[in-house]
Amino acid sequence: MALTAVFFYIFAVLAVVSGAMVIIAKNPVHAVLFLILAFFNAAGLFVLLGAEFLAMLLVIVYVGAVAVLFLFVVMMLDVDFAELKAGFIKNAPVGLLVGGTVLAELVALFMARGFGAGIAKAPAAVMPTAASGISNTEALGRILYTKYAFFFQGAGLILLVAMVGAIVLTLRQREGVKRQSVPVQNARDPATAIEIVKVPTGSAVVPSAEAQR
Amino acid sequence: MTTLQWLIGLDPLPEWLSWLWWLLVVGVLSAAVVFGLLIIIAFLLLMDRKVWAAVQMRRGPNVVGPFGLLQSFADLLKFALKEPLIPAGADKGVFLLAPLATATFALAAWAVIPVDQNSWGKWVISDLNVGILYLLAISSLGVYGIIMGGWASNSKYPFMGSLRSAAQMVSYEVSIGLVIITVLLLVGSLNLTDIVNAQKTGIGTGAGLPASALDWHWLVLFPMFVVFFISALAETNRPPFDLPEAESELVAGFMVEYASTPYLLFMLGEYVAITTMCAMTTILFLGGWLPPLDIAPFNWVPGIFWFIGKATFVFFMFAMVKAMVPRYRYDQLMRLGWKVFLPLSLVMVVVVAAVLQFGGASP
Repeated sequence: MALTAVFFYIFAVLAVVSGAMVIIAKNPVHAVLFLILAFFNAAGLFVLLGAEFLAMLLVIVYVGAVAVLFLFVVMMLDVDFAELKAGFIKNAPVGLLVGGTVLAELVALFMARGFGAGIAKAPAAVMPTAASGISNTEALGRILYTKYAFFFQGAGLILLVAMVGAIVLTLRQREGVKRQSVPVQNARDPATAIEIVKVPTGSAVVPSAEAQR
Repeated sequence: MTTLQWLIGLDPLPEWLSWLWWLLVVGVLSAAVVFGLLIIIAFLLLMDRKVWAAVQMRRGPNVVGPFGLLQSFADLLKFALKEPLIPAGADKGVFLLAPLATATFALAAWAVIPVDQNSWGKWVISDLNVGILYLLAISSLGVYGIIMGGWASNSKYPFMGSLRSAAQMVSYEVSIGLVIITVLLLVGSLNLTDIVNAQKTGIGTGAGLPASALDWHWLVLFPMFVVFFISALAETNRPPFDLPEAESELVAGFMVEYASTPYLLFMLGEYVAITTMCAMTTILFLGGWLPPLDIAPFNWVPGIFWFIGKATFVFFMFAMVKAMVPRYRYDQLMRLGWKVFLPLSLVMVVVVAAVLQFGGASP
């Protein structure tokens, strides 16, 4: 359908342009914002492919969580643009070498196999059609929780280990920190918190030992 | 497409004409929804202030129009006619993009919210299969406007406000996601219309009563209903969780440097996000457009009125909470999100799944 084609070109061009802008943008915050735009366009491409579940997951996980943390960290950086420029000239040869190598590899690969050959040879993905009555989400769930259940749980475990590791690395126990204990605080009532003292005229009140705690 | 074929009498429609027709239909529907939403929000804003005033035994806005009914429109004019200020040290592009992003993302959520289903079909712009995921995704994007605004202002208080907001919204999204999973387990579909229709039968009909409010998810999943309501308050930065704009600590948080129309867009985005959360609560827990009792006088009322009525009720609860509950401290907010709601909703997911699996009630 031609309308799909129009949207495909819009999303594809925007994705490539914003991908390029991630590298070109001088300000790291702008770079992250362009990265988010690239994620969005990728999600749009997924929708065009009929993979709406993946598209939504991409937006929720990458745009809604990962990129927020990215932006969070990058915003905290105190960027010195002069220093950045000096570093650019110093590191340019190394960058060119790495970039050139990757480009040469890609070109060699395509030259060897021919454009489009890989696409033709790839087995057609089994896409649930509307007629089969199985939605995208259901199809993914059926395969993920049956055939790939162990891989799924393995990935979950790896993430858990990473999370525990990050907490262990940054956790520090400090002495003398006054923490609020919510149950203890909620359990306080006038009987335990207030001491009423009758003060005779002309004399001072000595606080009891308990009140001095 | 049949309407168009009937209108112009062409049977095999040329393809370009059918896209044009589709574009027109979507455009008109979207314009209608946005326009209706803006009018409703103008009065919700007034209601918010009136409820707040009533709780504090004040009169609230009562000068513009009868009972102050036109107050929001006067405010609109005031905002629109003032001079927009951009701070000298601000990142101009991002500074202006932030309120636009907030308002756009907030409005985009309404593309998938169904407000009624009758013989004309489903009253929704886009009946997505993954509607609830779309809502979750769009509502998680609201944080970008706040982060961008806070950073681009190039000022201390806005920045601190945006940092608070980012942590807060990411934290409460987790429990909202888990609450939605418990509902989806009961329904077995991610489509919002299916979620509402699944509430036609439940505890009440199981006991032999006619379809009523007892069938809706709020009763079956009462703890999750409460968790969702409180998380919705936190997700939309409403009091008692309005720490990103806590005026006693951060002046006005991320909005300090904004004036005029950009500020208006921020406020509009915030209130649209609140109405979205009210609509989500209505769809997930309060039976959407279903009448509270499916007998004669109640089911004559068109569903959209029930929907708006329920969503307004949820908004009333939002307003009452704002008026009555003191603001949380930041560490209390984080404790509530991560140490209370997350374990509670996680346990509920397991419990609901187990009941469905072993109770033989799997959808």
